[in-house]
Amino acid sequence: MPIAIVLGLVVVGSVLFHFLSPWWFTPIASNWGYIDDTINITFWITGAVFAAVVLFMAYCLLRFRHKPGRRAAYEPENRRLESWLAIGTAVGVAAMLAPGLVVWAHFIRVPAGATSVEVVGQQWQWAYRLPGKDGRLGAADTREVNDTNPLGIDPNDPNGRDDVIVQGGELHLPVGKPVALLLRSLDVVHDFFVPEFRAKMDMIPGSVTYYWLTPTRTGSFEVLCAELCGVGHPYMRGTVVVEAEADYQAWLAQQQTFEQMQAPAQTGALN
Amino acid sequence: MVDVTHGGPISGGTASGAAPAFEVGEPDLYHPRSWVTKYVFSQDAKVIAIQYGLTAMAIGLVALVLSWLMRMQLAFPGLLPFIDADHYYQFITMHGMIMVVYLLTALFLGGFGNYLIPLMLGARDMMFPYLNMLSYWIYLAAVLLLVAGFFVPGGPTGAGWTLYPPQAILANTPGQSWGIVVMLASLMLFIIGFTMGGLNYVVTVLQGRTRGLTLMRMPLTIWGIFTATVMALLAFPALFVGAVMMLFDRLLGTSFFMPAIVVTGEQAPYGGGSPILFQHLFWFFGHPEVYIVALPAFGIVSDLISTHARKNIFGYRMMVWAIVGIGALSFVVWAHHMYVSGMNPGFGFFFATTTLIIAIPTALKVYNWVLTLWRGDIHFTVPMLFALGFIVTFINGGLTGLFLGNVVVDVPLSDTMFVVAHFHMVMGVAPILVIFGAIYHWYPKITGRMLDTTLGKIHFWMTFLGAYLIFFPMHYLGLLGVPRRYFEMGETAFVPASAATLNVFITITALVVGATQMLFLFNLAWSLRHGREAGGNPWRATTLEWQTPETPPAHGNWGAERPVVYRWAYDYSVPGAPQDFLPQNDPGPDLASSGETVAEGVR
Repeated sequence: MPIAIVLGLVVVGSVLFHFLSPWWFTPIASNWGYIDDTINITFWITGAVFAAVVLFMAYCLLRFRHKPGRRAAYEPENRRLESWLAIGTAVGVAAMLAPGLVVWAHFIRVPAGATSVEVVGQQWQWAYRLPGKDGRLGAADTREVNDTNPLGIDPNDPNGRDDVIVQGGELHLPVGKPVALLLRSLDVVHDFFVPEFRAKMDMIPGSVTYYWLTPTRTGSFEVLCAELCGVGHPYMRGTVVVEAEADYQAWLAQQQTFEQMQAPAQTGALN
Repeated sequence: MVDVTHGGPISGGTASGAAPAFEVGEPDLYHPRSWVTKYVFSQDAKVIAIQYGLTAMAIGLVALVLSWLMRMQLAFPGLLPFIDADHYYQFITMHGMIMVVYLLTALFLGGFGNYLIPLMLGARDMMFPYLNMLSYWIYLAAVLLLVAGFFVPGGPTGAGWTLYPPQAILANTPGQSWGIVVMLASLMLFIIGFTMGGLNYVVTVLQGRTRGLTLMRMPLTIWGIFTATVMALLAFPALFVGAVMMLFDRLLGTSFFMPAIVVTGEQAPYGGGSPILFQHLFWFFGHPEVYIVALPAFGIVSDLISTHARKNIFGYRMMVWAIVGIGALSFVVWAHHMYVSGMNPGFGFFFATTTLIIAIPTALKVYNWVLTLWRGDIHFTVPMLFALGFIVTFINGGLTGLFLGNVVVDVPLSDTMFVVAHFHMVMGVAPILVIFGAIYHWYPKITGRMLDTTLGKIHFWMTFLGAYLIFFPMHYLGLLGVPRRYFEMGETAFVPASAATLNVFITITALVVGATQMLFLFNLAWSLRHGREAGGNPWRATTLEWQTPETPPAHGNWGAERPVVYRWAYDYSVPGAPQDFLPQNDPGPDLASSGETVAEGVR
């Protein structure tokens, strides 16, 4: 008997909590509002199912609780009811899955005009590589990594010479331009996650993974590692600054290229 | 209708005269001659069940304390000075592994499986009692080896329970020198021990049923345990080979999972391996594992609801096919744990579709539990309360699974507290509520005495409401973007101060809920001597384990003659019957088959 009331309160409390909770998505800063929409559809459908089933259960508990002389009905099955419930569930599931798959198709297809930016994870810091004037990133391999070549850029690939390297600093991105993040790790599995962008993907040593987004508002956003990467995992932070194109170009011009980075070492070798 | 019998009378209510003799003679049981062979190196499934149960609960207490410690760190960072980042990661790793493998799997299959399979099937024991005994002792060795991890140099592994390489075997992960080796060896032992038990359960269900007990008359408890065992036998080998390969990588310098990497500025002596291969092997085991825990819970909860609502389970055949269907489907959904792992993103379409399809049979099971309550005669006994608590937490956790299973929705939520909240609700709290319900339900058969009801109700309310208060709000931290597996959040721009307040609330609730479990342990011990005498069938249940000539059942279970089964497990409140239940071995009053006609096609 009290359980029927408590279950009703669980439903009411959960719904109230959902609407009153101060904890909710961070204000979005990318084009992935579609993902938020899909989550909202899912909340509505699952919330309705949760409330309906638990409230119905509470009603049953109240209505059919034991009283002296009461006897349960004998009804082994009801094919028609079971079929309708199966069909209804399938429709609800399809209503969540279909938009989800459409958005996923969008998510995994990088638009043609996207700029490539490489993110490199290493215990426990982020490094970035942006294409230089040629607009292309040079080849890279973990085996090429050494003191003067921290990201393992292939020294024999001419495309790599003018690549811009940012180590331990901020990543800047121009607002409103699609960008493909190419993700690489030098040691263990990491995950480049900016909550305001909604997107994330693991970076696996030995391969290059990716996702893409279009930053939609300027600002400074915190980067977190979202895949356990050792004891320093919670401290593997970074910052992404989204800014206007002109500011971005100004920032880019100040960064050093792979060639510049190599230069002092070569001078040293000549002496 | 297809008749899945193995001979003998199966048409209910029509058995007139003596039942024909068994076609094959019974194999002789092993008869213990000393205290040691009776209670220690026992070959009796009932004793082995209790050994499994007590061992699992003991190691479960360790996991409980670990969860307290990690919650303390999350709410009050730095308050307990001995919890540094190394220890924190060791605690979460051990907590996860213990709960999933050494407690839940062992308790449902080794514990309830051993106790209930022979009794519910009218068998005298498992088919291979000696192997069954070995199974327990190897499990115990696996548990001890796991615990040894706490005492080896460097402590247990802190790689997270998923043990992802390369991190799991690299020098700057805690427990890299000994801990990871001990963990992998313990898992391998567990799997070896489980295989011995598992083959036993499967063969006993297929070959050991008494006369008249067709597959489609078995209680859903047995269907759940049986299907889960078949799944475990197919899924655990993937983990086993993964463990062997990782051990080779760690000890022999192979590179199964290790590509060329740079560690602390040096090129490591590895190359060519695939870290993601391990993830596939792990989750090919790991996802079925979820259902290995869930299906026995589904089965048991069906029987608890039916018995305590005095009503047949609604849609029995649908329930059986749902169990089998979920079991089969669960082998083609594993990569939904890997949507953001960097595997080919095209796989997302396939795995999201299979994952959401699994929601349909699962939802049907929920409907059928609730519809069993409809027009029932509901007794709010302690087992029933736990069963109802299970339904609520399972619906909640199951529905959030629709978020995480829907590939693109998983992208922002993956690796956040939303995931932690989801899996604790659906495969932590929900199955554990079933375990409690099942213990309150079967304790009278195991010991001959009832557990105390008042203590039981306090235990239920504190555990159910407490667990809900812990895990429901936690989802919203994940929506905010708070990642999981963070030793400390520190100053983070997007996390408001109120999140810390919520963490304090969750921790205090967790401490209280954990402490409440001591009440349960006290009840278990106290009622052994002082509980009310139960009699043979205190819940007036239909299934065979309640019809044994002695309580607790003696060695061999059935006295001179094994029972003969005349009906399905759910003949509650049959119209025209004098009592509101007809035991499965009751040939039935001469009802003019009124109940049977209603049950036509169900059997």
